[in-house]
Amino acid sequence: MRSKRGYNYSTIQLYGLVILRVLIGWYFLYEGLAKVLTPKWTAYGYLMDSQGLFAPLFRMIAENPGLLAAADFINIWGLTLVGLLLILGLFEKAGYMGAAIFLILYYLSHPPLLQAEYLLPTEGSYLWVDKNLVMLAAVVVLALFPSAKRIGIDRIIYKNKSK
Amino acid sequence: MSEKDINPNEKASNQEHAHQKPVSQGRRDAIKALATVPVLGAMAYGVYSKRKQELRNITSADMFHFNSEVSPLTPLSPDGKTIRLGIIGSGIRGKQLMIALGFATPQYVEELKQANKQNSSDNRYRDFREQEDLKVVITAVCDIFDVHAEEAIAAGANIHREGLNGTYGTAPRRYRHYRELLAADDVDAVVIAAPDHWHGQMALDAALAGKHVYLEKPMTWTVPETYTLRDGVKKSGIIFQLGHQNRQVEAYSRAREIVNKGLLGPVTLIETGTNRNDPNGAWVYPIHPDANPQTIDWQQFEGDPERVKEYMDYMTSAGLARYVGPDPRNKFSLERFFRWRCWWDYSTGLSGDLLTHEYDAMNQIMQLGIPTSASSSGGVYFFRDGRTVPDVLQTSFEFADRGMTLLYSATLASQFKRSRKIMGHDATMEVGNTLTVTIDPRSEQYRDKIDNGTIKPGEPFYHYVPGKSIDAVTSATELYFAERGLLYSYVDGKRYNTTYLHLREWLECIRSGQQPSCNIDRGFEEAITAHMGTRAYLEGRTMYWDAEKEEITRG
Repeated sequence: MRSKRGYNYSTIQLYGLVILRVLIGWYFLYEGLAKVLTPKWTAYGYLMDSQGLFAPLFRMIAENPGLLAAADFINIWGLTLVGLLLILGLFEKAGYMGAAIFLILYYLSHPPLLQAEYLLPTEGSYLWVDKNLVMLAAVVVLALFPSAKRIGIDRIIYKNKSK
Repeated sequence: MSEKDINPNEKASNQEHAHQKPVSQGRRDAIKALATVPVLGAMAYGVYSKRKQELRNITSADMFHFNSEVSPLTPLSPDGKTIRLGIIGSGIRGKQLMIALGFATPQYVEELKQANKQNSSDNRYRDFREQEDLKVVITAVCDIFDVHAEEAIAAGANIHREGLNGTYGTAPRRYRHYRELLAADDVDAVVIAAPDHWHGQMALDAALAGKHVYLEKPMTWTVPETYTLRDGVKKSGIIFQLGHQNRQVEAYSRAREIVNKGLLGPVTLIETGTNRNDPNGAWVYPIHPDANPQTIDWQQFEGDPERVKEYMDYMTSAGLARYVGPDPRNKFSLERFFRWRCWWDYSTGLSGDLLTHEYDAMNQIMQLGIPTSASSSGGVYFFRDGRTVPDVLQTSFEFADRGMTLLYSATLASQFKRSRKIMGHDATMEVGNTLTVTIDPRSEQYRDKIDNGTIKPGEPFYHYVPGKSIDAVTSATELYFAERGLLYSYVDGKRYNTTYLHLREWLECIRSGQQPSCNIDRGFEEAITAHMGTRAYLEGRTMYWDAEKEEITRG
């Protein structure tokens, strides 16, 4: 099934994968840009609002000025970068890896537990499974079915490499 | 994309044709490689449109632009001398004040420690340990209940803010009577947190003894002592601060600027209130098991004879005998000792306890001064436990010269959240730890901006979150966190308790000789206003203020 440029999909399969990749990329990119454009944006409130097993870790990050500055930087520029990578199909694997790490961290910091109550209202009703987890699964599936070597800048990069 | 692209034989066919049609193949590669780039264009367009919309809001928020950042905490004067404090009254509020000063019993510190061990997000222990040293020592304490006095001694000695089994400093001396404490040479200033009926007298005696005073609100219990205390404090030259810690709420300074700039237009109505719904909030405080006639100095609790006479004179002359007692004043009663706020014999009711905070907040923002008249209504509607002070109270204060009413509305049996609102012809401002301004659809000042769509009337238009310099684009998320104190504490590095700030201001004024924010003049306005409301309730008729004679009259 493998070809030089990844898996062999039917046209519609390939379109589906690319659309999903671009949509998730869009989501990441705008989350990043919105933070870039918000003066003095900080993850402090979000981190302090953490609950569940790992809450102490996230709160510790929030309360340490150095770690908080790092968390802010990584969120603002990391989200933007991941968004760009996924939309452009550039270094696809790294993009999925980054996206998955963000989503895992968001899920762990705000797990939709039975007893958890967050300051920020959610836009849906969640029990153990929330949109972060669903998106994480989607990212994992995308990573298993790569598409950027067909539609994406990786097509050029890996073509040149293979020469 | 053609069928060939996804043909398993693509590899072979591509290699085959590669040398034959390099241009066409390269172009196809480029198109496929860059197929998703237009998505970025769409994103850029979306972001641009959204920004344009936001910038329009910022432009329209220019009128809400303030050059001054609300002043951050000024550092303590570096060579300020240590101030020796006496604590008069170390019950519920007295303990809180001592904690704000940095002194807590080892037992209390131990509890904070344990609370942190059980829940790592409970940072009260760390916050207390790290709270800035205000350069004070507690040399004297006075409380007429032995348990409270001993706790104050233990707290005063706990100079290193330690838990159980720590090392402590010199214990403050306990005085049985506050006048003995005021005579002590090693006391520069006193913090008074006794029941209301003692406030004016104790503060006056302290001023006469040359001690600086931090006095819990309300300033006075009777009307006549209000004048005596004002004169006494002014003549003595001491630094006097009334305990309205809301003076330190950062947002109020900005609120004052907004009002002064006329951004709300003519203000005709201010609505404030109190909503509580638990016995503790209704002053049904716990009775200590060790309390009895041996551990409580009841005679001193009864009050200063002259002040009691003023109280009785008024109550009898105004035909209000039914509000006195019902127990005789000299009869020992644990209920009356611990829950004194429930009886006029010691209390100033909702007016003194909670209306004063609301009034002072608005006085700070609006420079209200004393109202021209006051009328009240209410009753004992829920806590029918033998109390004489009402648990539901409505008082409306008229400021006739300014064409404005201040409405205070309170119940102790519902804690539904109501915001403080300053209602103007052009906009209404809700005042809390954050500020929200909503433009009125019928505003004349903002007519043009409403018509051309830059202002959507009826929707929150301006938000102020302390510490944020860009006001208008504060996101909903940030507001959410700020209102719960999260961003607030981040901005300052740590969360400051307003009581601490208020005490700190007083101490710094003692060192510099300046006047604090809630000085005797503000206190006089607070006390007279509260008394007008109380008398209006008790007598069931409107009370007026004769500004020339400085007298409360019945009109």
